Amino acid sequence: MKDLLKKGTALSAVVAGCVLAFSATTTTTASADEACGADVTMTYVSWGGAYSASQQKAYHDPWMAKCPGIKIVNDDSASEGLAKLRAQVEAGNVTWDLVDMEAAQAVTACEEGLAEEIDPDTHLAPAPDGTPASKDFFDGFFVSECYIPQIVYSTTFGYRTDAFGDKKLSSIADVFDLEAFPGKRALEKRPDGNLEWALIADGVPASDVYDVLETEEGVARAFNKLATIKDQVIWWTKGAQPPQLLADGEVVIASAYNGRLFSAIVEKNQPIAMMWQWQVFAIDGWVIPKGTKNKDQVLKYLRFATDTQRLADQAKYISYGPARKSSAPLVGKHADLGIDMGPHMPTAPENAKETLLYNTDWWADNRESFDERFNAWLAK
Amino acid sequence: MTDGTVANEGPLVTSDGRPLKQSLQAALKQKRRQAFMLTVPLLAFIFIFFIVPIIAMLWRSVENPEVPNYLPNTVAALQSWDEASGVLPGEDVYAAMVKDLQIGRENRTIGKVGRRLNYEIPGMSSLFKGSSRKAKNMTEAPFKDALIKASKKWEKLDVWQLIKRESGDLTASYYLSAMDLRFTPDGSVAAQPENRQIYIFLFQRTLIMSVVITGLCILLGFPIAYLLATIPMRYAGLLMILVLLPFWTSLLVRTTAWIALLQSQGVINDLLVAIGVVSDDGRLQLIHNKTGTFIAMTHILLPFMILPLYSVMKTIPPSYMRAARSMGATQWWAFYKVYFPLTLSGIGAGTILVFILSIGFYITPALVGGTSGTLISNFIANHVSVTLNWGLAAALGTMLLALVLVLYLIYDKIVGVDNMKMG
Repeated sequence: MKDLLKKGTALSAVVAGCVLAFSATTTTTASADEACGADVTMTYVSWGGAYSASQQKAYHDPWMAKCPGIKIVNDDSASEGLAKLRAQVEAGNVTWDLVDMEAAQAVTACEEGLAEEIDPDTHLAPAPDGTPASKDFFDGFFVSECYIPQIVYSTTFGYRTDAFGDKKLSSIADVFDLEAFPGKRALEKRPDGNLEWALIADGVPASDVYDVLETEEGVARAFNKLATIKDQVIWWTKGAQPPQLLADGEVVIASAYNGRLFSAIVEKNQPIAMMWQWQVFAIDGWVIPKGTKNKDQVLKYLRFATDTQRLADQAKYISYGPARKSSAPLVGKHADLGIDMGPHMPTAPENAKETLLYNTDWWADNRESFDERFNAWLAK
Repeated sequence: MTDGTVANEGPLVTSDGRPLKQSLQAALKQKRRQAFMLTVPLLAFIFIFFIVPIIAMLWRSVENPEVPNYLPNTVAALQSWDEASGVLPGEDVYAAMVKDLQIGRENRTIGKVGRRLNYEIPGMSSLFKGSSRKAKNMTEAPFKDALIKASKKWEKLDVWQLIKRESGDLTASYYLSAMDLRFTPDGSVAAQPENRQIYIFLFQRTLIMSVVITGLCILLGFPIAYLLATIPMRYAGLLMILVLLPFWTSLLVRTTAWIALLQSQGVINDLLVAIGVVSDDGRLQLIHNKTGTFIAMTHILLPFMILPLYSVMKTIPPSYMRAARSMGATQWWAFYKVYFPLTLSGIGAGTILVFILSIGFYITPALVGGTSGTLISNFIANHVSVTLNWGLAAALGTMLLALVLVLYLIYDKIVGVDNMKMG
């Protein structure tokens, strides 16, 4: 314990050093007003709960401490972010300043002209070693010209440790194996993700999944595989549901966002374990609403929030991986529990042996037709 | 002098010389105007916050601005192309498309066209996105070859047929989708493939479930209202609080409470296992299906049945029943012949309230309905906030509105809205 504490203080010293170094460079190059922008209240739209709390501690609080004239107000309506953003832009009355969005939604927002375009290398800070932002963020994370990536999260599986005796869930095929692992499952009520998993469990190599889904036989194959467990599935729609269903014993296996499972397992001590095989990686990040009145302040805030240290800081509060390569080595310990966050990250080598990257472009084309088919399949 | 005689023989006049009838009418008119002025704020409120949004919704379901506004050159060039000819459009159309792609990329409008057309043919979204990126470097003819080189889809006839079909300012395709229909490439209407048919089925399910829930509310609500109306005042007050307390509680809280009660590891199942009615392995599935929706929605809507029933029953004098008994009717016969017909206006009011509320219910079925207990409004909400297909959401919403109005008219014909009593 003492050892842990010592490590903790050493780490916070490093963090403090970085913060000092950072503020020193900014204050020497610019006056306070130029660094922060004019005094204003910014409306920040995010997902609420533990996720917003992590952003508050890692980004908002330090920024407001640095810039006393800036006030950041949280609005937890990111789940309807795209619809409300479109309504605001169409009405010509944009009251939001920054919106947290999944990559797929951000692509839509950008295509519809609802978001401001950004240039990573001019608007975002380079890595400490000078690597420009466009190279420092993971490859393919800038899914559109308007998107600023923040974290990588994954949809993966949790299962009750007391449900199968000594047996452990070890592969995606086990999720579809009702004989070896009997009991109800919880899956997210959407075609994307589930169809990919069904195909992999049916023996399709992960790299071929989207090619197979292009063919009618492939789609039928995926639905047929899902049909083998259909009457044992409870379909969830909100991220908070699967950990609750697992904790209540309503289901024995559930797909869920890895951060929610982490919170149930580590922070709430539920008898749940994780199965990481073929976790689906997805990106969460920001878009700036088209026509925001505080674009200058928002860009300054973003430059700060997306720097290497700040992205690493967020991982102290929630187990989502920072979107920058240079942040990975800085990920430290959980802020309250003091446990090492590294092994809980979806990107940790032992968790990320086999992963699937959500194909945003493919689903942008096919989501509508699959939604109808999926819902028709569910309803009948 | 002569004037005075005429006035005396003519109609009665007021002191200012105007005929009394006219003056009275003027006074009444002013009264009416004053009364109307009092309702103006309400009327304005209803107009701005009720009528205008409904009209806007109706408009959304047919408006089709994307193709005509953002592909103007292509639309103009396509005028002279015969979509039934079976040949691809000529070089001029491809040149116009390249121009539109370049402008659309500049103005960030091309994505809207792609998304709009993607509702009709999957893959159009990426076709427009990819081609507009490549169109930047297409400066010289032949544009036809250049576009086809950018994507093979540009030599597909149905893509051009689609663009031509959707080049008008109005479209029927949202209503077709809402009725499980679609345009075929040659422009005729056909049914969706069976594995994509969903909305008609959902409308039917919504109707059937609303009828069942209304029926359950009558069955459960009638005895409670009767009890409330007939027991002594001091007990009635207490019972009334039991009815009203849940009524005042948040919808979400009540729905979540039902989840805790009904789930397979929940209170009811635990109790049933404890007293040995069901085995531990055979726990009942009471939630995430139709049963869950029935139970939770009936509970939530029950006060809307009880309250009008109660207020009607309160006005029925007990002496009517006594009179019927004294003339030799049995208790049941007196109830059936005298009491029950008097409550019909209350049943009518409760039925229409519960039915119309349940046909548009949304949060409760989303939380407890699973897949077999979700209603059409859940899909409308999904199209509004997730898929952003507001045209289809508007078409579905308009159909739901029309359905309710038709049912209301039928109800008026059969039962008569005038016979309804809210209390």
